[in-house]
Amino acid sequence: MQVQTHVDIHSEWGIVAARQAGRKLAREIGFGSVDQARITTAISELARNIYLYANKGQIQIEEATSAGKRGIKIIATDQGPGIKEIRRVMEDGFTTSGGLGAGLPGVKRLMDDFDIDSELKVGTTITAIKWLR
Amino acid sequence: MRIPILKLHDYLLISVQVELDDQTALQFQEDVLEKIHEEGSRGVVIDLTSVDMIDSFIAKVLGDVVDMSNLMGARVVLTGIQPAVAITLIDMGIVLDDVPTALDLEQGLDRLQLELED
Repeated sequence: MQVQTHVDIHSEWGIVAARQAGRKLAREIGFGSVDQARITTAISELARNIYLYANKGQIQIEEATSAGKRGIKIIATDQGPGIKEIRRVMEDGFTTSGGLGAGLPGVKRLMDDFDIDSELKVGTTITAIKWLR
Repeated sequence: MRIPILKLHDYLLISVQVELDDQTALQFQEDVLEKIHEEGSRGVVIDLTSVDMIDSFIAKVLGDVVDMSNLMGARVVLTGIQPAVAITLIDMGIVLDDVPTALDLEQGLDRLQLELED
């Protein structure tokens, strides 16, 4: 089984490639169709944020294990401008891009664990995990 | 990539069967509106049976197609949204307000007929 995959995001096609890679790995790990959709959607949101705000970055998708649990871990990394107001980007409906403002709060709800590490002018790393039930 | 749009009398029928990247979604939005204008269509059914993921961007594009078509005077019905897609959209907190939907293409056409009779 392929346990880890990287997708470089530097165009809109990277968004599609990342979600296809994520769906494949989610299926291999054993997630059902609803969780596959949740995971794929979360990856799509994270990849689009990289493309929109940092122009380029990377999505790493890997199998996660902890205390006998198995899951899938998504790590979205960029060296973009960083997030100025982390509290606000986690509010439903907050957007600076004219979108729905559903992206990051949506990802948090779709996944089980969610963590943002962002530094201005250095970049952002978002880690999200979904556990198999 | 272009999504084919079929004309049936006063209606347009669209079955989305490709992986929707952003560019395809935006091109689709434009194509639907152009086709409504060209054909004088009164109703549009967009069937999403084969779509296995709708993220916030695609949701916005679809919602906008509905609103834009309404502005032009055509009604749009979305059909065939998969269970996993419906669950994910609601999980995300995305509500497609005032968007007419139906289970499948057949019921979508019935729904359009009803909407247009009002």
